[in-house]
Amino acid sequence: MINKVVSSVEEAVAGVVDGATVMVGGFGRAGQPLELIDALIAQGATDLTIISNNAGNGDVGLAALLAARRVRKIVCSFPRQPDSWVFDGLYREGAIELELVPQGNLAERIRAAGTGIGAFFSPTGVGTQLAEGKETREIDGRVYSLEYPIRADFALISAWKADRWGNLVYRKTARNFGPIMAAAATTTVVQVDEIVSLGSIDPENVATPSIFVQRVAVVGEREWLKDDVFVGGVDLEGRPLEASAGTDSAGGSR
Amino acid sequence: MTTKLSRAELAQRIAAAIPEGAFVNLGIGAPTMVANYLPADLEIILHTENGMLGMGPAPLAGEVDPDLINAGKQAVTALDGAAYFHQADSFGMMRGGHLDVCVLGAFQVAENGDLANWSTGAPGAVPAVGGAMDLAIGAKEVYVMTDLLTKQNESKLVAACSYPLTGIGCVSRVYTDHAVFDVTPEGFAVRELYGDNTVELLATLTGLRLIDATTASAFDETKGH
Repeated sequence: MINKVVSSVEEAVAGVVDGATVMVGGFGRAGQPLELIDALIAQGATDLTIISNNAGNGDVGLAALLAARRVRKIVCSFPRQPDSWVFDGLYREGAIELELVPQGNLAERIRAAGTGIGAFFSPTGVGTQLAEGKETREIDGRVYSLEYPIRADFALISAWKADRWGNLVYRKTARNFGPIMAAAATTTVVQVDEIVSLGSIDPENVATPSIFVQRVAVVGEREWLKDDVFVGGVDLEGRPLEASAGTDSAGGSR
Repeated sequence: MTTKLSRAELAQRIAAAIPEGAFVNLGIGAPTMVANYLPADLEIILHTENGMLGMGPAPLAGEVDPDLINAGKQAVTALDGAAYFHQADSFGMMRGGHLDVCVLGAFQVAENGDLANWSTGAPGAVPAVGGAMDLAIGAKEVYVMTDLLTKQNESKLVAACSYPLTGIGCVSRVYTDHAVFDVTPEGFAVRELYGDNTVELLATLTGLRLIDATTASAFDETKGH
């Protein structure tokens, strides 16, 4: 019997060695696998290269991993945000290396890794400093630059539900990097709200097929859902509204 | 003092230029305001690059869903007909030329359509690019929404960008608080003037040679929807 469900988040992140390359899903906080990142901090791996769209928000999740000085290099599209003080400090201090990649090239490079593409020509960034030094080619009158795949030893992502084979269903815009990162890593670790029985996910609705998933950890239902139904009552960070009274719950930053 | 449109008025003008059925991406910041003026009786489909078509307005405070945000990481809603997709598909829509219009902010736009909007190149600044470069080169029409002049009264329309480029030759039209400019092979063409602005005055403010194209297009543009 196939069972990719592990008993804890600690077990889920076992085997991440020092110097590993780790993809971390999420766009801002949506889809960020907070519990897996906390487990990775506790696990202790250091000198990591992180692939993620952002470089952490506030003091939790990826920001906490950075603050613990476990990250040597980050590959991302949008590190600077109003709440990215942890990254900003490390960057100014020269304590972290940054490879800045336009978001679409980041996504396509991750996808290329997962789909066996050796490299591809992209029009994005051509003529800008982010494509400096890259091989270019004119194809049908348009100039493209050569982009290489980004692969990883581990991908840590967050989904809504999984079955024991590792078929995944995401929720709304929290899907973001999940499906492509799942395919691009040697070991893909997923945290989900809930494990559902094999066969209860409609095959039409599987967004990441089980072949891309190695481990699944259950972290419990998100604060803003009850028995699969959206109940709200939280701010953008998922904190109950009473706890965040006085802050602008609908406001945000890139 | 010449006529200058407010941000809201400018957003209204841009909204009026977007036809029913268009797939539209509104950039972070001021361009987001365009959504407030899209006519309610027209079906215009908003794309947000973090993974949705059919984006709706902000929810009520108790209805914020942390799993449902826009590219500016603000809470949004999904309209009937919405679709979610992953990042590679989302940027494929953009890069593949499927979006009709995107509206972006700018530090500078050059006569040849070059755009600079992601970095001032200031030493020591923490860089961030996000989807700006993909948006700039992906949509069929790239509209820039910006003040004509910086706070230091320098023109944002320039002969050549001095800030780091976001994309080359990618801007089709610039909506400023003074006038609307089309990017043409011959340079900026003034498409519409607001209030008492004149082509001569704009040429002085920008220091550029401008083409007067106001008679051809002013009427249909101001009528809008």
